[in-house]
Amino acid sequence: MKALLGKKIGMTMIYKDGVAVPVTVVKAGPCIVVQKKTVETDGYNAIQIGFEELSQKRVNKPMSGHFKKAGTEPVRYLREVRIDNVDDYKIGQIIDVSIFKEGEFVDVSGKTKGKGFQGPVKRWNFAGHVKTHGTKYPRHGSTGMHTYPGKVLKGTKMPGRMGNVNMTILNLEIAKVDKDNSLLVIKGAVPGARGSLVYVRSAVRGGKTSSSPSRPKQQLRRK
Amino acid sequence: MDQLIRAVEMPYKKERPKLAIGDLVKVTTAVIEGGKEREQIFEGIIIAMSGSSGGRTFTVRKISHNGIGVEKIFPFNCPTVKAIKVVRHGKVRRAKLYYIRALKGKKARIKERREPKK
Repeated sequence: MKALLGKKIGMTMIYKDGVAVPVTVVKAGPCIVVQKKTVETDGYNAIQIGFEELSQKRVNKPMSGHFKKAGTEPVRYLREVRIDNVDDYKIGQIIDVSIFKEGEFVDVSGKTKGKGFQGPVKRWNFAGHVKTHGTKYPRHGSTGMHTYPGKVLKGTKMPGRMGNVNMTILNLEIAKVDKDNSLLVIKGAVPGARGSLVYVRSAVRGGKTSSSPSRPKQQLRRK
Repeated sequence: MDQLIRAVEMPYKKERPKLAIGDLVKVTTAVIEGGKEREQIFEGIIIAMSGSSGGRTFTVRKISHNGIGVEKIFPFNCPTVKAIKVVRHGKVRRAKLYYIRALKGKKARIKERREPKK
C-alpha cells in the first residue's frame, strides 16, 4: 500500500475544464523509512515511516536509540504501513508525493476538530422541538421506554463531547500533485484543523463505494 | 502555510482590471451550447465582492428587459470569464449595495466617480 504522512494546509479552489473544484492542500512527506517489519521477526509485513524532522535534543533516549539503529535523522511522527513486500523499501529511503498521481483515489485520516460538550441537535442531528408554547425540553425527547426495560439503553444518543476523534474519509480524488512543494491537492474536505497531522493512503476500496461500484463517488448517509 | 496555498492557486490566477463596488462592468463569458462555444455578455453594476485570494468573487446586478433584476456571481479567476471591462466607475460609500435590490428606476441610479479612487 502507498501511504504518506502529511500536514493539512488548508482549502482553496482550482479549475478543471472550466469547472471549479473545491480542494484541500496537504503537505505530504517527504517521509523516511525508519524500520522494516517482517513475518519472521514480527509476524506481519510493514514499514514504519517518519515525517517532519526534529532536532536531536527534542528526542528522548529510547526514541533516539530507535533512530540511531535506523541511521536516520529523528522525526516527530511515526506510523506503520502494512505492505506485502518489504524488500521494495530500504531503511532510510525517502518517500515523496510522486508515489501518487493525479486522478488516483486516496483515503485520508486525521483527528477531527474538537467541538467540546455539545447538545444532541448538533451532535446527532436531532431535529429539536419548538422552543416556545410552554415547552420545557426543546432539545431531545425521550431517552427510553417504560417499566420494561426500565433503564436507558447503552449507547443512547445524548449530549456529550463531540469531535476530537480519529476519522477516515474514503475515496477522495487527487486533483493535483505538486512535487516541487511536495503538495497533494485533494478534492473535497479532509478531517482536522489546519496544520494537523493527516495520513494519506491509496484507497482501500479503489475509489468505489460498496453500494454502487460503478460510481466513484462517496455517498454520505446520515446516521 | 498561506504561501503553499498560493502556490496551488498561482497557475489559475488571471489578470483582471481593478474593480470596485458600484462600477458598471461588461463581463464576457464563454458559454458552451450544443458542443459549440459562443460568447455572452453580462452588463451591470458590481454590488458585492466576497472571498479572498483564489476564491474571490464579485456579484453583478442588472435589470433585464422585462424589468426583473438579475444577479450573477463571477469568480475572479474563472477561466470561462473571458474579459471584464469597466464601463463606468461608481461613487458609493459602502461595501455592499444590497439596498439597491429594493429600489428601481431613477432611485436605483449610482453617481459616477470621475476622479481616481484614493
